[in-house]
Amino acid sequence: MAATGNAFARSEALTADVEAAAAVDDVRVPAVAEWFAYLGIGIVLGILFVKSQVLSWYRIQEMFRFQSFHMYGVIATAIATAAIAVLAIRAADARTVKGDKITIPPKGCSRYATRYWLGGSVFGLGWALLGACPGPIFTLIGTGSTVLIVALAAAVGGTAAYGYARNHLPH
Amino acid sequence: MTDPWPWYVSGPLIGLIVPLLLLVGGRQFGVSSNLRHLYAACGLSRNPFFNYDWKREGAWNLVFALGLVLGGFVAVRFLSAGSITPTLGEATRADLARLGITEISGFVPPQLVSWPALATWPGFVTMVVGGFLVGFGARWAGGCTSGHAISGLANFQWPSLLAVVGFFAGGLLMTHVLLPLLF
Repeated sequence: MAATGNAFARSEALTADVEAAAAVDDVRVPAVAEWFAYLGIGIVLGILFVKSQVLSWYRIQEMFRFQSFHMYGVIATAIATAAIAVLAIRAADARTVKGDKITIPPKGCSRYATRYWLGGSVFGLGWALLGACPGPIFTLIGTGSTVLIVALAAAVGGTAAYGYARNHLPH
Repeated sequence: MTDPWPWYVSGPLIGLIVPLLLLVGGRQFGVSSNLRHLYAACGLSRNPFFNYDWKREGAWNLVFALGLVLGGFVAVRFLSAGSITPTLGEATRADLARLGITEISGFVPPQLVSWPALATWPGFVTMVVGGFLVGFGARWAGGCTSGHAISGLANFQWPSLLAVVGFFAGGLLMTHVLLPLLF
């Protein structure tokens, strides 16, 4: 059982590394205008996190206690809007503003998809405890809750721990 | 404008981030990769998982994350009037009171998420253990709420659906079983 798990972990790790290498080859160094676009889109999303209140610990608690529709409404309409937009980009064979082809690589998956449901559950434990996922961690720092820098450091530490443990984890 | 925006306004606008990033540079919306880029940028590890060209692969995303911080500042400083505390229902208030959380103010409860709280057991568990699990789980699952729940589901990726089921399973377990034991 353990040996099988490790074999999966190794093959998954290998695929992930090959994918990462391929991704690196595709990446161009962005022009100045592109940098400002990423900064601007980040600012807009930060504002949306605040104005929708999804960065609030209280809203996350309400959601997991099924006591308010708010978070479900935000997440469902965000997914629906993004899905329609992605379908439209595909249908129109749209390109980036620079004229490059847009490709979205599919998520790779092992036989039992362990990394998704098990890793996802670990993430969920943290999401409900901290009351923030990675995006809102950054935005909360900007709202003045500077102590979230500690949570950010802990999250980087968690990612580092995963990096060292990943060859022993089932994927 | 200065009040909170309803879900049917803010949700679709959040969804539009996905096509915006694709059209600007063919980038996929996903925030948790930044945690890996940040550790890689520290240069502390010889592990191959953290030895890659993080500038080429992740600099755009780190700039995006800097925008997330600035957006939080802008929204609170210029786009908010009066209290920023979400209005909670009676049931939620009662549940939180049972956990000992009676001070409801700001976006985060000061009893759990504040500099003074860091020295208390509930505050330490919330911020340090919670942060650690978020970082560990997001990378194990290959993405977080943005990468799987929004980007992944919008692209009809069934592994992302499994990840989102995991997010909720873990969240429900924490909220209903573990939180009362921890605090």
